[in-house]
This record gives sequence, structure tokens and C-alpha cells, in this order.
Amino acid sequence: MSILVDKNTRLLVQGITGKAGGFHAKQCAEYGTNVVAGVTPGRGGETWESKVPVFNTSHEAREKTGCNATMIFVPAPGAADAILEAADAGIELIICITEGIPVIDMMRAKVGLRDKKVRLIGPNCPGIITPGQCKIGIMPGYIHKPGKVGVVSRSGTLTYEAVWQLTSRGLGQSTCIGIGGDPINGTSHTDAVRMFNEDPDTEAIILIGEIGGTGEEDAAAYIKEHVKKPVAAFIAGATAPPGRRMGHAGAIVSGGKGTAAGKIAALEAAGVGIAKTPAEMADALIKKMK
Amino acid sequence: MNIHEYQAKELMQKFGVATPPGAVADTPEQAEAIAKSLNTSDLVIKAQIHAGGRGKGTFKNGFKSGVHLVKTPEEIKKVAASMLGQTLVTVQTGPDGKLVSKVMVGVSKDPTRELYLAIVLDREAQAPVVIASTKGGMNIEDVAHETPELIMHMKIDPAIGLQPYEARKLAEYLDLKGPFLKPACAIFHALYNLFISTDCSLVEINPLVTTAQNEVLALDAKFNFDDNAMFRHPEILAYRDITEEDPREVEASKFGLNYIGLDGNIACLVNGAGLAMGTMDIIQYAGGKPANFLDVGGGATEQQVTEAFKILVSDSNVKAILVNIFGGIMKCDTIAQGIINAVKAVSLPVPLVVRLEGTNVAAGKKLLQESNLPIIAADDLADAAKKVVAAVKK
Repeated sequence: MSILVDKNTRLLVQGITGKAGGFHAKQCAEYGTNVVAGVTPGRGGETWESKVPVFNTSHEAREKTGCNATMIFVPAPGAADAILEAADAGIELIICITEGIPVIDMMRAKVGLRDKKVRLIGPNCPGIITPGQCKIGIMPGYIHKPGKVGVVSRSGTLTYEAVWQLTSRGLGQSTCIGIGGDPINGTSHTDAVRMFNEDPDTEAIILIGEIGGTGEEDAAAYIKEHVKKPVAAFIAGATAPPGRRMGHAGAIVSGGKGTAAGKIAALEAAGVGIAKTPAEMADALIKKMK
Repeated sequence: MNIHEYQAKELMQKFGVATPPGAVADTPEQAEAIAKSLNTSDLVIKAQIHAGGRGKGTFKNGFKSGVHLVKTPEEIKKVAASMLGQTLVTVQTGPDGKLVSKVMVGVSKDPTRELYLAIVLDREAQAPVVIASTKGGMNIEDVAHETPELIMHMKIDPAIGLQPYEARKLAEYLDLKGPFLKPACAIFHALYNLFISTDCSLVEINPLVTTAQNEVLALDAKFNFDDNAMFRHPEILAYRDITEEDPREVEASKFGLNYIGLDGNIACLVNGAGLAMGTMDIIQYAGGKPANFLDVGGGATEQQVTEAFKILVSDSNVKAILVNIFGGIMKCDTIAQGIINAVKAVSLPVPLVVRLEGTNVAAGKKLLQESNLPIIAADDLADAAKKVVAAVKK
């Protein structure tokens, strides 16, 4: 089992005719994801890879193909608009890969999503994968293995690192979610932990965080209160200088808030096993599972 | 991105945020002309550099202070001549100081009260938040620590923006009433408009002052902009002054590399921001000190890897380099070829440790081995950190 995506997911790709969108749509389809439609305004009526219909709008794609998830590769200036269009079309799960969306655009998009029954993952994220069933995003599929560990992370390559460590130690994953590195995003660490906690087939959780914001502290409070499953965590950025944006727009310590030390203390107090370095993420979880 | 004080003033003037009159000059003659046009004997002249602590700084030619209060345009000309083309050293510039190529000439105001006003894009609120305090002229972090009850936070609904009643509420909190109410509300609205229109992430007015002439004025302003939004603000990008930035970071930004200089001696080159931070952390955990943060991104090209290497080896503090790549979409053999080309293009003065994992890792490792270059291969992340720290200690 899994959360959010599985073999029944019917995927739309917004920006499918672009270079990155097309490349990754193909990778997802090769992994086994059911790619049913593409959207590029003005290119409706074309066929992608001689089998997938391209539409002008998400509404049309939804109506004609029954897509229930979308992967967004629209360039940053139009990405927030693409999110809102997908939500308006009623597509339940929106995964926005695009990096570099202006914060004000995301802030407004979140206002637009207030009354919509949709879940947004990202932006600026690697996507989501349920190994063996459905890959929506830019992660390398083959490092994953079906299993029972849920992984949630703000960073792409750190997620791959954790997944690879798990897989090489024989531990598979239920679902892996990259929630993205931006300061304003759709799904929080807490949202993901809650879903993993409620999923009967997820037996343990790896949480990967980084400096900036209070998402990890919030998740720690939730774990302390509700989660009995073993959880391990790594927080990146203990050595980052304050006030500097470390690659991710959201990875910044400002006014003494969002430090790695504060997050680690909160998670430790919630009974979470801490990986002191990114090389020990799987081992920290295995220790907790014993 | 930071901007100069005179640029902040220009922006505020453009959006109708009341500030004391003034303008910027590149020559003593220009400074004198501005002073004459201001038609007052309360004049101020300020050296334009990004660093703070200007008032207490000293120029390398011995001239004291980057901020002077004077009475006449002739004096402005004299002071400008002592500042322009000279290097100002303050507590924030470091011993090298900063070259002053512009001075700002303005009207000096005598405040009756000093207040604090800021707008930030708050990630927890997911909205703009106005921060106001009656304790102006101080570091707001200190105020928050000592007297948190003297700070007001007001969340603004991004869908409708700052409303007139909210502006009045702010004015009341800051005790700006009677003749001050109208100019105060005007400044709040103008500042909010500027904040949204130019994609700021922070604007801080400290102090916001009142004067005996019933004015409400922004005396000093700090702006931070959202880098992601600069594609739609060429007018703000034009304010960028690369002489104020770390030259290594300027070079890296030319090639789309995400680089931040630090003060350690182990350089690192990593794909992905999270892994790059994690790599810095594990270097420190192994007993070393990272010289930089460098994320080459998910789809780095051979040329980007080569340029990244050039920046790393140009730093004389660097005693060893650690390359840590988790190949996903980016294949390890492509990266290996990039490293080989880079090492051949820039002679390698320090030990190089490479850790590759992920897609086509076997082919990547084989390429490195067959290249006969003095590359130290590492099995995993922990091993890589240990090896690079050991290489520095040799």
C-alpha cells in the first residue's frame, strides 16, 4: 500500500511539450506510471509520443481523460497559474516540480486553493513515488524498492541518498514524497507524517529536513502526540551561515529562527532517532526499528 | 540582493514613501549642486557602500567617518572630495574596506520620535506581515528579546492587500494621531504598494520618524528582494552592484551555479542544495571546515563542472576538494567526464576526493580510474568526508 499515488493514478503532465516536461513524462511512463494526458496552451489536438493526447486546458484534459493527478513543468513565470488552473479543473493531486516561482505568486496561489479540495505537493520538489506502481517526478526510479518505509523530504538528492541507503540495506519504501525547498509550499512535513501514520502499510518513517522555517518543529509536535511508528530524521544545514539562502529559497536562518539545532532538539524530544550525518539516515531508522 | 541607500531612497520617492529630500552624486561638484538645490543649512552627506557602521568608520586616507552633518554647500563639496574615490573601513567591511564611488547628499532631519516599521513575507503566516514598534532606531531583534510587548505583528490578506482600517490601526498602535494620522497612513499604504509591486521579501524602515513640522518620514530603509521574481524587475536588477559582492559568488552566478563562500579550507562540489548542505555538515562532523556551499544543480553540464572547479581552485584557502554526486537523472559517467576535463583544464593544486553514487556509477568510476589522474576515490559519503579531512591534515 501507499499514500496519494498508486497504480490507479491517471497522470496529466502540464508542460508536456517542453524539453524537461517531455523528458520526465517519458521517464515516468517507462517506470509504469499511467500518463493519460498533456496540456500546453495552444498545442491542443497534438499527440505526444504518438499516444498521449495534448489539450489546451486542464479542464479539457480532466473531462476527456479523467486524469486525477498532474505533474507541472511549466516555467516559473507561469507555474502558479498552472497550479490554479489544475485546481479549478478539479484535479485532486497537483505535483509542481518547477523551481524558482516568485514567493508572492505562491502566496496568492495558496489563497486561490483555500476552498478547493485538492492537495498540492511542491513547488520546487522532486515529486512523489510509490515504488513499483507510480512515479511522478524527476527522481531516478531504479533506486527505489517496494516496501514499508515512508520518506518525506525538502530536498531531492538527500531523498535519493536516504532511499539508496534503505534499498541497499534491503528496506523498501511505501511512498517517498519530496515536499520541496521553497518557503511557501502545498504539503508540509506534518501533512506527510500524518498520512504515513494513518497508512496501515507504512511501518516506519524517515523525515529529512533542513534549516529555515518551523515545518520540522511542527512535525515533531505531531509525532510526539500521535505517532507510535519508528521515525528517524536528518536535518541539513547545521554548518550553514545565518542570513544566507542555501540554494533552496526556504533554506535560510533568519533572526535566530529555523536553526538545525532547534529542529534536532524538537525531534529528539519527540522520540525521533537522529542521524548525525546524511550517511547514517537508514541506520538511524534501523536502530529505532529494533 | 542588497541595494544602496540612495537606490532605496529613489525607490521610495518613486512610490511616494515620504523621505527627507536628497540625491546621489559621483563628483564633489555634483554634491555641491545638490546641496545648493536643497536650500537649507541642515545638510547631511553619506558615503554609499552596502556595509553598515559608516558613521564610525575611517577612510584609508585618514579622513574620519562616512557620515557628516554640515551647514553649507561648500562644506559638502569639501567632504565629498575627501570621500569619493577613497576606501572606507567599517566594522562590517573587514580590513580591506570598500571603495566609495558615490555619496548621498540630503536634508538632515531632527526627529521628535523614532519608530520602527517593517513588512516581511512571512512563511508561517504565508502572507505579508507588518511589524511595528514604538522602539525605533534600535536593533529589532534586541527589542523582540527585551520588550516583546512593544512589537505589533499584523498579518495582511494577500488577496486584498493592506486596508485603510488596518493602516489606522497601525497608526494608533504607534501613537501617530492628530496631524500625524494622515501622513502616517499614506506612508503605510505607499510602502505596502512598493513591497508588493517590486517583489520584496523584506522592507525595514528604521527609524520611521516624526518631526516638529508634523511630518512622518522614512529616515533609513533596508530592502531585500525575492531573487525568484527578478526576471520581471529589470529596474531592480539594474541596482545590483557587483563590486559589493564576493567575487567568487559573482563568477559562479554567471554560470548558473549556486555558490556561497565560507571560511573553511575544504571546498565541495555537490548536486542538489540539500545534499550540498549535508556534505558541509559531514565535513564538519569529520573534523574539517567547509570552504563553500556549491550546488551544481540537477542538470549540470561539463562546462558548468569545469567553471565550478576553476572557482574552487582559485580560492587560496582551499586545501582539498570533495566532489559528492548522487547521480539521478544526471549520469555518473557524464559527471566523471566533466571532472576529468576540468582537472585537465585547470591544473589541480590540491588533493581531490570523489564520491559517486547512482545512475551509471560503475562506468563513472571506471572513467576516473582509467584517467590516471590523482583522484582519491571514496566508497560512500562517510568515507569521502574522512578521506578529505585526512588529505587536508597531511
